[in-house]
Amino acid sequence: MSAARTPDDARTVLDSAEIARALTRVAHEIVERAKGADDLVLLGIPTRGAFLARRVAERIRDIEGADVPVGSLDITMYRDDLRRAPARALLPTEIPAGGIDDKVVVLVDDVLYSGRTIRAALDAMNDIGRPRAVQLAVLVDRGHRELPIRADYVGKNIPTSTSEKVLVLVSEHDGEDAVLIAGHGGARAEENA
Amino acid sequence: MNRHLLSAADLDRDDALLVLDTAAELASLTDRAVKKLPTLRGRTVVNLFFEDSTRTRISFEAAAKRLSADVINFSAKGSSVSKGESLKDTALTLEAMGADAVVIRHHASGAPHRLAHSGWIQGSVVNAGDGTHEHPTQSLLDAFTMRRHLAGGKGDLEGRRITIVGDVLHSRVARSNVLLLATLGAEVTLVAPPTLLPVGVETWPCATSYDLDSALKDADAVMMLRVQRERMNASFFPSAREYSRRYGLDARRMALLPDHAIVMHPGPMNRGMEIAAEVADADRSVIVEQVSNGVSVRMAVLYLLLGGAQLGSPLDPSSQLETAEA
Repeated sequence: MSAARTPDDARTVLDSAEIARALTRVAHEIVERAKGADDLVLLGIPTRGAFLARRVAERIRDIEGADVPVGSLDITMYRDDLRRAPARALLPTEIPAGGIDDKVVVLVDDVLYSGRTIRAALDAMNDIGRPRAVQLAVLVDRGHRELPIRADYVGKNIPTSTSEKVLVLVSEHDGEDAVLIAGHGGARAEENA
Repeated sequence: MNRHLLSAADLDRDDALLVLDTAAELASLTDRAVKKLPTLRGRTVVNLFFEDSTRTRISFEAAAKRLSADVINFSAKGSSVSKGESLKDTALTLEAMGADAVVIRHHASGAPHRLAHSGWIQGSVVNAGDGTHEHPTQSLLDAFTMRRHLAGGKGDLEGRRITIVGDVLHSRVARSNVLLLATLGAEVTLVAPPTLLPVGVETWPCATSYDLDSALKDADAVMMLRVQRERMNASFFPSAREYSRRYGLDARRMALLPDHAIVMHPGPMNRGMEIAAEVADADRSVIVEQVSNGVSVRMAVLYLLLGGAQLGSPLDPSSQLETAEA
């Protein structure tokens, strides 16, 4: 699957060391804004956002010495484009034992694009609990928003054309860390983060 | 997945695992404050029941409602069917009302197939039990329950030994289970008196036996079937007492099972007939859990049939996963 995800004409825009630095900075910013790690909950959006959330939590532990609850939030059942494609397999949703009520929830995703995934995530969260605040951390913001949504923490802003495809690879799932852009030729404009 | 679910044989191994994995994710909904998903908003599911049923109809109704579908319950009693309306005219009526899926239970084997393939309706058809033929969602919830207890809730049932006991002849549950469990790699043994095994059972992907005691000692799960008196128009065994002696699961027989083995029953039970009350209430009995798993499994089926675009063609699972992440 990881091999199929990497087209021939892809070029690297972030390598593994740059991703590590970006995540460390994001972790510092989250702690700075929250004035510590109390009441924080990180929810990653599967597949890759869930791995990134776990990494950010590890960095917060290194900074603050506190364990931040980490979970994952599948948004498949809340998508607005379900009827445009065959039924999709569900991905794991794991809400930390303490729940999200009155917590500061930081959603973590790999790529922010149209904003529709985040809209779906906000809906999904609505059915699980009522956080005190919700923030958004993404590794890559590629622009082209279709909804009034912005990220609070951005690993890197990468201006793109809609005909390009942004691919995030994480070692836990793809065997390596990298952010790639696949060029205009044949790239499918289906990225919907 | 096909557009319809008519037989457990419609599901290949990948489809069956997709349903079970989806059901496993949906099962976590039970623990949530809001037990509802918006996924099938604006879709209409008709429960078309020509035969009495409590748990299956309620289970499908709960499943559809938890996915936000509109549910119309139609039972033959008190409807125009009792005035002589045909299946075709009933189907055309439902189509005119815009049914996206029809969940049908019928006393005639093959009625769901007729409904799905006659061009009367556009929507998906789900077989909720037809005559003595099939009951695919029951076999899915049974496989789901077995997987939770015997396979750690993941993957298939490769090499697990399942013993199905009782009135196989009249049992749509047994037929669907044999087909699905074989797809998932389990080894099924049917145990019944010779009169209650169907003609042609030797062509099914399972073993058969007339002796219950010998089929229990290395079973991972034993499923007791109800003796379906309402379908019996001849004497298949001399007396209820003799049947119960030879093919009923009592405490002595339960003690023959390995420690990890579970006891299942699709319901409704005849306590004292095919299953003793003390066995039905034992710790290793998962009969009540089967009911709650039924809702999750039926949600998974309705979601996979109705949740996406209706293309009516089998799908490549890898492309599904790829778009799910996008």
